[in-house]
Amino acid sequence: MDLHYLDATPTEAERAAVDALLGSPEGGNGLDPGTVHGHGDAHNGGHPNGSGPFPAHGAAHGNGSAHGNGTRDGRDMLLPALHAVHDRIGWISQGALNHICRQLSVPPADAYGVASFYALFALRPRPSRVLHVCTDLACKANGSSELCDRLEQSFGPAGTAVDGMTWQHSPCLGACERAPAALAFEAGDPARTQLLAPAGTDEIEESARSGPADADREPPARESVPQAGDPELRLLHRVGVVDPDSLDDYRAHGGYIALRNALRAGPAEVIKQVTDAKLMGRGGAAFPTGRKWDSTASQPVRPHYLVCNADESEPGTFKDRILMEGDPFSVIESMTIAGFATGCAKGYLYIRGEYPRATRRLANAIAQARERGFLGRSIMGHEGVDFDIEIRRGAGAYICGEETALFNSIEGYRGEPRSKPPLPVEEGLFGKPTVVNNVETLVNVPLILIEGGEAYARIGTERSTGTRLFCLSGTVARPGLYEVPFGTTLRELLDLAGGVPEERTLRAVLLGGAAGGFVRPGELDLPLTMEGAQEAGTTLGSGVVLVFDDTVNLPAMLLRIASFFRDESCGQCVPCRVGTVRQEEALQRMAGGKAPPDGDDLALLREVGQVMRDSSICGLGQTAWNAVESAIDRLGTLSKGGPA
Amino acid sequence: MTVVDLGLPRRLVDVTLDGETVSVPEGSTILDACTAVGTSIPTLCYGDTLRPANACRVCMVEVEGSRTLVPSCSRKVTEGMVVRTDSERTRHSRKLVLELLGSSADLSTTPHVAEWMEQYQAKPERFGPPDPPADDHDERPPGEHEEPDGTTAATVQQPAKVDNDLYVRDYGKCILCYKCVDACGEQWQNTFAIAVAGRGFDARISTEFANPLPDSECVYCGNCIEVCPTGALSFKKEFDMRAEGSWDESRQQQTTTVCTFCGVGCNLTLHTQDNEIVRVTSPHDHSVGHGNLCIKGRFGWEHMQDSRRPAEESTEPTTGQA
Repeated sequence: MDLHYLDATPTEAERAAVDALLGSPEGGNGLDPGTVHGHGDAHNGGHPNGSGPFPAHGAAHGNGSAHGNGTRDGRDMLLPALHAVHDRIGWISQGALNHICRQLSVPPADAYGVASFYALFALRPRPSRVLHVCTDLACKANGSSELCDRLEQSFGPAGTAVDGMTWQHSPCLGACERAPAALAFEAGDPARTQLLAPAGTDEIEESARSGPADADREPPARESVPQAGDPELRLLHRVGVVDPDSLDDYRAHGGYIALRNALRAGPAEVIKQVTDAKLMGRGGAAFPTGRKWDSTASQPVRPHYLVCNADESEPGTFKDRILMEGDPFSVIESMTIAGFATGCAKGYLYIRGEYPRATRRLANAIAQARERGFLGRSIMGHEGVDFDIEIRRGAGAYICGEETALFNSIEGYRGEPRSKPPLPVEEGLFGKPTVVNNVETLVNVPLILIEGGEAYARIGTERSTGTRLFCLSGTVARPGLYEVPFGTTLRELLDLAGGVPEERTLRAVLLGGAAGGFVRPGELDLPLTMEGAQEAGTTLGSGVVLVFDDTVNLPAMLLRIASFFRDESCGQCVPCRVGTVRQEEALQRMAGGKAPPDGDDLALLREVGQVMRDSSICGLGQTAWNAVESAIDRLGTLSKGGPA
Repeated sequence: MTVVDLGLPRRLVDVTLDGETVSVPEGSTILDACTAVGTSIPTLCYGDTLRPANACRVCMVEVEGSRTLVPSCSRKVTEGMVVRTDSERTRHSRKLVLELLGSSADLSTTPHVAEWMEQYQAKPERFGPPDPPADDHDERPPGEHEEPDGTTAATVQQPAKVDNDLYVRDYGKCILCYKCVDACGEQWQNTFAIAVAGRGFDARISTEFANPLPDSECVYCGNCIEVCPTGALSFKKEFDMRAEGSWDESRQQQTTTVCTFCGVGCNLTLHTQDNEIVRVTSPHDHSVGHGNLCIKGRFGWEHMQDSRRPAEESTEPTTGQA
């Protein structure tokens, strides 16, 4: 293959940013395009996430032959390289892209296709300081429009470049418990990011002028967990209690006991315990974790990969962020146990790009664990037990939370979902057997290995075992992350969070996120179990409980959901690519009272919804109509004579 | 095409297609099985020389036990599979997919689509009058869009890209089937001049930074034109003739011959109208090129009918001229 590149050359700063990650093409220890699999060493100290070197990188990737395993010429470093340039410069020029392409042997058109897929990357000159203002559901219900108004007054409409800064609207930033939220970014060496939440109008203007401050000036994770310190807590019991930056403190609070138990018991026993616990995935699909692990472990093809899906982007979801910020070592320990059980030597932790603090804490946790022998070779002194973790940052694409899109994203391709079959346990990351687990799912595992699968299964209900994290936000008195046993009713959960503010009336609850469904005030006795939600025609999804009182404009929420799915569709398949557009257009007509072009817009919506559900490639398109449908059918939103 | 490569002996698998039991070789797709028994299923992104992209979703069928419909072009048959190709659900899906496509892209040069629209009673116009052409499609960033008011239907209508003498990219007709990208990339040409860029409804086929084709890596093999199902990619000649209204396929002849430029032996199918070559394709089942050509075979015929030729030649004596 004879690749051609552009004539464009990078600036010194662009070249330095790329070479710091990939190594200089001239330098001895760098990433020579001809011997690209050396890139495991090239990260030394240069990785923006600090995930550092991985001793077994060559083995995990190379499998003895340079091209025999589905990875192509270090292409999987494309997304980190794009991040490196974007972090340093604030946008990606033709020269910078070309330099990356030469370094990684990637065709420029392909790399452009990848870079232009992600909302956080700019491909035209943009000021180095960018303020992303969340205008998604929870923030919309909590005054994000006032923030936008102020910014518009002071700096012009979104997207205007003024005084070295610009601001733009953002989908859910995952800080709904502290809505309204904004993410401040300033490119440089190093780049700085800060989550402003809750963001006041003065504060946001100040941040727009002066740039982000130190991200750890954000409120501690504890403040997002109203139950913090409650001895009943299981998944959250260390959040707000331990020092998230200290391995010793983690161990002083029971950390790494589970891994020791796992190493003693052996992989088969670990899988048996997880199966006995009836643990189900917490990312949304609720697949039995034990079965997933067993299928991966028994695949004869090697290597196996573990992926921790921390691309939490479902509007209204912030549980994984709080786990990662408040108890990062438990995520690392849990991944290590999962890797051990399923025969993986390498795990990827794919975290959304909008979570700077969680990323830093995890990077620190990985570095400390590696230093102390909890990651790397011969973990905890067990000869032959090797496992290490690499962090990969997303760059603004909800779809990358879909597991096969996530694989493509890690591999350096566009984050488009793959057709299933084959399933990830057969052909996943780099075409190898891969187990993908959500953050919350994983942090259940240490509990199981400490108390035993059967004891674990006694919590919750017969079919939905254990406890569940729920993200309460919207118009609720005490928003935050709550942990309750499965089977708790929605009413009990709302009571725990103080219900809607005084003198207001509950209008609706969005359960499960934008891909979930609305619940009426009369249905609050719904037991929060997988099966209970299913029976009620909704889903627990990622644990979103978005509360709307009578001050909230529900049609505006539906329009936002429709707009969200249109923005986040990858564009691969017709039902989703065009269907999400037609859905938004029809809803706009209904909300604006405009005459439908030809008959009945509601019927049109149903027909479009049906084809999205039936014929889209992945869950995004298949569920893009769920919330809208439930609002129309259950709440009467937008229907004639129904509440406006 | 009904050719099923027999290759090594393969086990036969029994499947039920619309109530009828059919035996097909293991590894066949549902589409192969349908083709074998003469059941016609519309396809757009399926290419007989390419791996299925699974993108257009016009070939979806119902498989018992599957929550969603499945793409017949890529799903392999399994023993005992029960498939319905013409259930209400599949007809609804096909109708809507055709409507969604027809309302967003210009399908006027897509073969068969008019019959399918009629067969499935698709009415793309019910989504409203189409948006007028826009010239900013290449610059639309992912993750944001201008809020619509619903009075018009968003489209990909845009001016055709005419930036070279050989072929035209009229992306107002593009349905994003991925075939040109696959033919340009690792499945055939290994040139990688184009890729899908952008996201969602604003996803598009693009060179790097949407640079003009002459500045890109394109080698003008035209294999992208060969596989394009909608006429979004066409010979400049065809584009010009369509523009002036002289393109008339009913007056065209096809003659397959062997390319004379080198010794490889690629086959060319010359499409001629009024004794002039107007387009060149290549048979997909030919063992040498599988439908692929290089710039010489695809475009190296203008000299045969260059209008300047008689004038130029008149300056020097040529044998055989009266």
